[in-house]
Amino acid sequence: MKSNSKDYLSFDGGIHPASDGKSLSEGSPVQRPPLLDRYRVVISESVGKPPKPVVQPGDLVKKYQLIAQAEGFVSANLHSPTSGKVVGIVEVAGAMGIPVPAIEIESDGKDEPCEPMPPLDWKTASAADLLARIGEAGVVGMGGAAFPTRVKLSPPPEKQIDTLILNGAECEPYLTADHRLMLEKPRAVLEGAAISAKILGVKNIYIGVEVNKTDAIEALNKHAADYNIYVVGLKVQYPQGSEKQLIDAVTKREVPTGGLPMDAHCVVQNVGTAAAVSDAVTLGIPLVERITTVTGDVVKNPGNWLLKLGTPVIKAVEFAGGVTEEPGKLILGGPMMGFAQKTFDVTVCKNTSGILLLPQSDSIAYDPSPCIRCGRCVAGCPMGLLPCLLGSVIEAERFDLAAENHVMDCLECGSCAYVCPAHRPLVQHMRRAKAEIRKQSKK
Amino acid sequence: MNILIIAVAVMAGVGLALGIIIGIFARLFRVESDPRVDLVVELLPGANCGGCGMAGCSDFAKAVVSGKMAPSKCPVSSSDQVSAIAQALGIEAGEAFKQKAVVLCGGDREQTMRLASYNGIIDCVSASLVAGGPKGCTYGCLGMGSCARKCPFGAIEMINGLAIIHKELCVGCGTCVAVCPRNVIKLVPAEAEVHVYCNSPLKAPAKRLVCKVACIGCRKCAKAAPDKFLIEGFKATVDYSHTPLPTAEDVVAAACPTGSLLTAEEHLQIEKHDPDWSAEKK
Repeated sequence: MKSNSKDYLSFDGGIHPASDGKSLSEGSPVQRPPLLDRYRVVISESVGKPPKPVVQPGDLVKKYQLIAQAEGFVSANLHSPTSGKVVGIVEVAGAMGIPVPAIEIESDGKDEPCEPMPPLDWKTASAADLLARIGEAGVVGMGGAAFPTRVKLSPPPEKQIDTLILNGAECEPYLTADHRLMLEKPRAVLEGAAISAKILGVKNIYIGVEVNKTDAIEALNKHAADYNIYVVGLKVQYPQGSEKQLIDAVTKREVPTGGLPMDAHCVVQNVGTAAAVSDAVTLGIPLVERITTVTGDVVKNPGNWLLKLGTPVIKAVEFAGGVTEEPGKLILGGPMMGFAQKTFDVTVCKNTSGILLLPQSDSIAYDPSPCIRCGRCVAGCPMGLLPCLLGSVIEAERFDLAAENHVMDCLECGSCAYVCPAHRPLVQHMRRAKAEIRKQSKK
Repeated sequence: MNILIIAVAVMAGVGLALGIIIGIFARLFRVESDPRVDLVVELLPGANCGGCGMAGCSDFAKAVVSGKMAPSKCPVSSSDQVSAIAQALGIEAGEAFKQKAVVLCGGDREQTMRLASYNGIIDCVSASLVAGGPKGCTYGCLGMGSCARKCPFGAIEMINGLAIIHKELCVGCGTCVAVCPRNVIKLVPAEAEVHVYCNSPLKAPAKRLVCKVACIGCRKCAKAAPDKFLIEGFKATVDYSHTPLPTAEDVVAAACPTGSLLTAEEHLQIEKHDPDWSAEKK
C-alpha cells in the first residue's frame, strides 16, 4: 500500500479534516455489552411507512420474534432484540428531536432466541426468495437513511443496473464501526454483496474503502477473489462515502441532478447492510443489533459495540465507561452529518452508526460574519454548487433563486461550512431553503 | 457661438422627433384600463398583505370590479372602507367575517424548559430543523420571531421568548400562520377573548415535565361551561365555531389549575409584567 493517498480514486471537491478522531476507537474490537433490563425499540425508525405493531402489552416474546409488521411497499419489519415481556407502546425521544412511538420490552435475562428462519443457500435460491427473505428480516440501509433494502434491491425494470458498489468508505471522522466490521467479518460483507448482486443480476461488484483502513482492505482482499469482487482503495477525502461521490470515484459516472444512483446504473449499499443481508440469508437471523461506535474525546473508553436495537444512548455511554468531563454535545452519527441531540433518552436504531460526545471546548458557537467571496466553499463543495451565493440569497429569503441555483442537490455534507473562514452557517441555510422549497412545492 | 446654436438645434430637433414618435405609439398601443380598478385601489388600505388570497391590492381590486370577490374579503379594511368601496361600485359589500391570529402557547422562557442551547441562525424554521428546536415542548412557540419579522402590520411582539399578537393591530391576513413551522398560530373569530394557551397533544405527564403552563386536559373548563370547550386528545380548546364564545366569567368559573386558560388581556399582562403571576395565583 502506498502511504500517500494522492493517486487513489476520488471525486472533485470535498475536504479532509486535519484530525479525524478515528484513532480513538479503530483499534478496539467489537464488544458485546451486558444485557439490559429493558429495551425501547423505535417503531418508525426507517424511511417510509412505519410498520404495524403485532404484539400486545403483556405478550411474551423471544429474541428475533417479529414485533411489528411492514405495511406497504416502503416499510420494514421489526423484530425483538431480546426475550422478555412486552410492556407496551411508549413515547421516546426520536433522533430528529420529535417524540416517536416505541415498543418497550422488559428483558427476562435469558436472551432466548426463537426458531430461526431456515437458512437459504444463496447460490441455488431464486432472486425472489432472497429478496423476500431480506424483507422478512427487516434489513434497512445502515449507513444513515434506513431505507428498506428490499426496495433498494428491486429497482423499477426500466432502470438498467450494471454495477453494485459497497460503501466501506466511512469518511465521517470518529466513526469506526464499518472499519471494524470489514476487519472482523470480511466474509459476511462479501457474501452480502454477492447475494445483493445476484438479486440485481449484476456482474460488476466493487467495495470502495478509504485507504486509511489498509488492514480492512487486506482482510477483504483475502477472500474477495472467491466472490469476484473488486476492492477499490479510495482517497481519504470527505464525503467519499456519499453515494453520488462514491459512484463518481469508482465508475466516473455522474448521477444527474435530482436523480438517484440507479440513473447512473448503480446501486450503492453500506457494508453493514451487506453483512445484515448475509446474516438474514445464510443464518436466517433478522436485523436486531448493529455495530455502533461510542466515541468522543470525553468518553472514557471509546470503542465499538454490538448494540441491540432500543438500547438507550445513556446506557451505551455507560458501557464505554462513562465520561471524563461534562460533554458539550451529543451527536448520533458522525460529527459532519450526524444529528445533534438534546436528550440522552434517545435509543439505538438500525441506522445509528455512532454515538459521539464532544467536549464543551469543541461545542462553541462562532459569530458568523459576511461572506468575503474567497471561494473556498466552491472548491470544497462535492456537488459543484456555489455555497457562498446560496448562503447570501437564502439569507435574503430568495428561495426561488436558491432553487434556481440547485440548492436541492445539496447533500448537507458540511464541507462548505467547515472551510468557511467567515464561520457562516451555510449548511443550516441550505437546510432551511430545502425545507421552504419543499413546503412551497407541496402547496 | 455657431457651434453652440447648431448643437442646441440638433438636440431640440432630435427631442421633437422622438417625442412625436412616442406620442404616435402611445396612441396606437394604448391599453384601456378600467378606471374603477384605480378607484378601488385608492379606496383600499394598500397594505399589500395578501390576506385576501390575491397577489396584492391591485389584483384584489380587479377581482372586486369583475365581481369575483366581495369587497368585504379585504381583511384590513374597516367596515366603513368596505361600504365605501361597495357604494362606489354600486354592489353588495358582502358579509364580513373578521378573524384575528392568536399564538396558542403560554410557554415563555420561565415556564417552558429549554433542553439545549441553540447557537444557530435565529429563525424558527432553521431552529426547528435542528433536533426539533431547543425548546422542551416540540409543539409550542419557538420564540425566534420569524412571524414578527414577516407581519406586514407590526402586530407581533416578541416578549419573554414568546410571540404575542396585539389584537388591535392584527387584521387576520394569515401571513404569520403560513410562516410558523410549529403551526401554533391560529386564525380565530375576532370576537374571541378567551383562549387555551397550549398546543401540545401529548399526554399530561409528558408535557408537564417540560412546561409549567401546559393544558393537562382535566376538563374543568368543559364542566364549567359545557359546549364552549372541546377536548381534543389530551388538551382543551375553545370551540370557536360555537356562539356565544367563552367570556372572562367562564375563565373564572373554570379555575384552570395550570393557568393555560386565559383571556387575551390576562395573557398579555402575564408576559409583560410578572413572569411568576400564574404561580402566585395558585
